[in-house]
Amino acid sequence: MDFLQILGLTIGQLFSPFTIAYILCALGLAVHFGYTGLMNFGQAAFAALGAYGFSIAALTLGWDWWACVLVGICASVLFAFLLGIPTLRLRADYLAIVTIAAAQALKYALQASDFASVTGGSAGLHGFAEGFFALNPIPVGRYDLGFETISEREMFITIVGWILVAVVAVFMVALTKSPWGRVLKGIREDEDAVRSLGKSVFAMKMQALIIGGVIASLGGMIFVISPENNDPSTWGTNFTFMIWTVLLLGGAATIFGPIVGGMSFFALLMLTEGVMTGLVNLGFLPFLNVAQVAQIRYLLVGLALMLLVIFKPQGFFGNKRETLVNAR
Amino acid sequence: MEVGLNRLIRPALRGFSALIAGFLVFAGLAITSPAMADEPTSDFSISGTLLNGDTPLENVNITVTDNDKFTQTVKSDATGAWNVYVPAETKYTVRLDTASLPAGVKLAPDSPAEQNVDLTGMGFVAVLYTFGSGVIEEQSIWSQLIVRIFSGLNFGLLLAIAAIGISLIYGTTGLSNFAHGEMVTFGALMMWVMYSVLQLNIIVAALFAILIVTASGFVQDQFIWKPLRKRRLGVNQIMIVSIGFSIVARYIMLLIFGGDTKDVSGGGNPVTLGPIMTTDVALYSMGISLAALLGVAFFLTRTRLGKATRAVSDNPSLAAATGIDVERIIRIVWLVSAALTGLAGVLYGLQFQANWELGFSILLLLFAAVTLGGLGTAMGATVGALIIGLVVEISPLVIANELKYAVALIILIVILIFRPQGVLGKKQRIG
Repeated sequence: MDFLQILGLTIGQLFSPFTIAYILCALGLAVHFGYTGLMNFGQAAFAALGAYGFSIAALTLGWDWWACVLVGICASVLFAFLLGIPTLRLRADYLAIVTIAAAQALKYALQASDFASVTGGSAGLHGFAEGFFALNPIPVGRYDLGFETISEREMFITIVGWILVAVVAVFMVALTKSPWGRVLKGIREDEDAVRSLGKSVFAMKMQALIIGGVIASLGGMIFVISPENNDPSTWGTNFTFMIWTVLLLGGAATIFGPIVGGMSFFALLMLTEGVMTGLVNLGFLPFLNVAQVAQIRYLLVGLALMLLVIFKPQGFFGNKRETLVNAR
Repeated sequence: MEVGLNRLIRPALRGFSALIAGFLVFAGLAITSPAMADEPTSDFSISGTLLNGDTPLENVNITVTDNDKFTQTVKSDATGAWNVYVPAETKYTVRLDTASLPAGVKLAPDSPAEQNVDLTGMGFVAVLYTFGSGVIEEQSIWSQLIVRIFSGLNFGLLLAIAAIGISLIYGTTGLSNFAHGEMVTFGALMMWVMYSVLQLNIIVAALFAILIVTASGFVQDQFIWKPLRKRRLGVNQIMIVSIGFSIVARYIMLLIFGGDTKDVSGGGNPVTLGPIMTTDVALYSMGISLAALLGVAFFLTRTRLGKATRAVSDNPSLAAATGIDVERIIRIVWLVSAALTGLAGVLYGLQFQANWELGFSILLLLFAAVTLGGLGTAMGATVGALIIGLVVEISPLVIANELKYAVALIILIVILIFRPQGVLGKKQRIG
């Protein structure tokens, strides 16, 4: 077993575009759930709309990369309206069921062969980020970072991704510290109290849903731009559950939490996967094969989700008083 | 036809292929047995049967190509069947050589000679060609509708017995149990172990499978959900725990049973009822589901225990104050729900197939059913499940088959706009 290689992959995972994508989605979910108390289990749909908005605008319409980004954002805003109008009046558990149902319905539609001329059907879309990578100032080549070697494209998307994370984080700090953010927390704690102060709870929730959704759609774009491959099977319920695990690991009502949560979660997954694959190859785990090790990754996600919610609902960085998963 | 049905029950064709196949065979669009003669050269195949009305068309040339390296031309056999083994799960073009058709036979206007098929994730695809002009018109929309309604009722009844479990557990404990689908899966897989692997008598096998699922329900309540209730964890937190548990349970089953689809019964023997082509398994399944539903209705409305259950559902503290042992009721509810859900799994496995994620694939339909009817009411769950079952099976008449689940979920969302408490629910559910 090559420990150095596993360690290299693990460190690489800390900063990879994959991790960035999940962090952005988790930051969006922090706005929904952490600050507003909306149990949105359809976060995959927002990410998918960002990804499809971008790739369809690039392939079908042939637009510039910035217009593609705008299309992705608009798609998720539109979806937030469609989803929010019927559901934001519902109680938390109903909201969870309806959002997961809406996300799944969207996934069926994106996979359907009826719309395959636009969405690519079950095969998905490829090669839509050439315009974006044309901006890349980094010379073509392989770059050795000490722990892994990456291409100029990976380097570029990683840098852009982290800048995006920083911008979103600063934006969210400003937002949550503002009077608007305090009202959001008020809604999370006691909707009726906020209503009695003359605030429109519905409108505030809708704004939160839109902002969190747009952040998630940026995550979806990063996810597909990096490999230039948009595969519809990505956007299933497991994607949403991973985001929840990342969020709860770091702390729902924090901004630092999802970032550190995402980095540590995926690094940890990579580490366990690497070590277990190594052990299987050495014959130490005779009841497993290499394909099954990848399946164990999801088992760990589920286990982490259970244990976190039971024993440490505030996550690494959260404040115990702010873990009102129970609010309504 | 029997061969056709059985051949169709193949791992790669998931879900309701049996029903759809029954429908299609009946509709004269027969997609039946691939030619048996040649040895399989790969796991992936494209096949079809050429029938002009009821007459098989022999020696018609069919070419399958991936427009790159692979091209193969075959002739249909005496039964009209043709089959091509293809190297990979990608896209292929299937071309029917119209010159090789018998004199006087033409392709129907809506049936192009060249069709594109996508094998990705399927492994096996049947290609339909229809001939003449009168073949489809013979099939009136009404008899199609009757067939669909029958399938919908069948599926709806299956959903109902599983959905009542969700509804009872929600009613008594407040938990929206996302791990409920895994009990359906567990039931189906246990049935496969008992019936197909251990070769037990079908009734004994079903009873054992249901018993094991019931025991699993009891165990998970005792070791997971009861301690969490004791910790006074909020219902939403417990719901997230149930999502985690559902993932854990699903992937444990994947590790143990593998990712392939298991054929539990072979689909049963065909039975014809007027325009409806179905199987004896489906008819028994509907009868058993109906009996189970009536049993639950009797239990809830006529027995002391059932009335106590409804009292706990209504108001746990008040029920406790009148001397009802709430924990005991919850225990019983878990047993009953798990048994019903296990039964749903067994019947699902027998009618369709069993694989590690079948429960999760219908979980949202179950939630849609329960939410439609109104969370927490057993009657509501039944009504909701029948609506969802009918919608899922009837919608392919107007939209693509692969979108039928999406339609059910969209109906859920639409109904919630107008009646957030569900069809039979009480107002308290809205926030």
